[in-house]
Amino acid sequence: MKRRKKYDLKSKHLVAGMSIFCLGLIVLSLSSRFSVAPVREVVSYVVVPFQKGINQVGNWMTSLQSGFADVQELSKENETLQKQVDELTEENSILAQNQEELARLQALYDMDKSYVQYDKVGAEIISKDPGNWYNSFIINKGSDDGIAVDMNVIADGGLVGIVTEVGREWASVRSIIDDSSNVSAMVASTSDICTVVGDLTMMDEGKISFIQLKDDDNKVQAGDKLVTSNVSSKFLEGILIGYIDEVTPDSNNLTHTGYVVPSVDFKHLHEVLVITTLKQQKEAE
Amino acid sequence: MRRNLILALLIWIAFLLQTTVFQLLPFTTVAPNLLLILTVAFGFMNGKKMGLVIGFFCGLLIDLFYGDLIGFYALIYMLIGYVNGFSCSVFYDDEIKVPMVFIGISDLVYSVLIYILQFLLRGRLDFFYYFYHIMLPEVVYTVFITLLVYRLLYRLNYRFIATDTRGSSANWLRR
Repeated sequence: MKRRKKYDLKSKHLVAGMSIFCLGLIVLSLSSRFSVAPVREVVSYVVVPFQKGINQVGNWMTSLQSGFADVQELSKENETLQKQVDELTEENSILAQNQEELARLQALYDMDKSYVQYDKVGAEIISKDPGNWYNSFIINKGSDDGIAVDMNVIADGGLVGIVTEVGREWASVRSIIDDSSNVSAMVASTSDICTVVGDLTMMDEGKISFIQLKDDDNKVQAGDKLVTSNVSSKFLEGILIGYIDEVTPDSNNLTHTGYVVPSVDFKHLHEVLVITTLKQQKEAE
Repeated sequence: MRRNLILALLIWIAFLLQTTVFQLLPFTTVAPNLLLILTVAFGFMNGKKMGLVIGFFCGLLIDLFYGDLIGFYALIYMLIGYVNGFSCSVFYDDEIKVPMVFIGISDLVYSVLIYILQFLLRGRLDFFYYFYHIMLPEVVYTVFITLLVYRLLYRLNYRFIATDTRGSSANWLRR
């Protein structure tokens, strides 16, 4: 009893001590020398498997739900889909021809390969940021599957985000709609460079804003394709970000700002692809 | 020992729910803040030290997985738990209204703090947009979830946690 009394701290001393401890941690994590990766790794062992489990239960339940879908509806859908398949096969054959031509021309011009040819790893989103202010998530693949920090993440053919942290069996991804995200981008048609900035206020409308578009000839219009730029140090070149929705000139008359509708549906994102080629590697080759 | 295990288990479950199920809840894109409910409720029921410890570990979990700065959320949650602990000896905790008010206020303070420290400092000045679209929905939603889980937390507390603290074995969590 008496020995215990010794350790009976007063709460104000405890709070002061712990606050200093936290502030110390903040300062330490600001300096890049200090790494919490080992702690993170240990904690992830008791968290990530369960997040995966909950996610699997969720998937199972949605599949169960969809199993009960109306049969009539399905047959109707089947009919329309069949039609679509016919149309698409036709379209596909044309596209295949175009593809051949493209490959030929690309070979001719010795152009860079498009991102379709990069190695990719499929991953599932298992959990999301607990707060409402940011938009990052955790996927179920990590360094064991060859994922590393700064790898690009795509889905539906568009850019989703970038890997910010990696554990053995998980990785956290910051999406491009996240408020702290900045992506160097360019307009596909004119190669004008701009920066795509995630903004929380635009999230509900399903848009991202871009700033500092230098477009002297005012050629860029709504509907133009925005892709990742060649000058970015982390994002591979030519990944589709979205289509421009609105362009307005800035008051300085030099640059433009506007909004882009991302090609990825961030509200219903379940599976993503991680491109296992890093920009630095690619440049080194 | 058993009490500590149960507390750890509670935080762990809250974090898992918060990052998976709660993000998929319907109605809005905003998720209620279960970890804050846990922190405030235990601070309110058991006092400053309990609020402080629970808050610290809740925040630390967020920091480890989603934070840029380790210790940032830990500090905020810890202080919220600590401040709520002051009300422990003042109010009866068997009624749900008082903790609801405290959780509502705490969530609002928490949101405003996050806004100021992480958004205002980066030049995002449109406070009222964030207020109406993020803070207010979150507060309302969190208070609503409190209605559902407070009874459960209360029972758990007096079944497993507060009974132990009354005994002589572990009085470091009492004020």
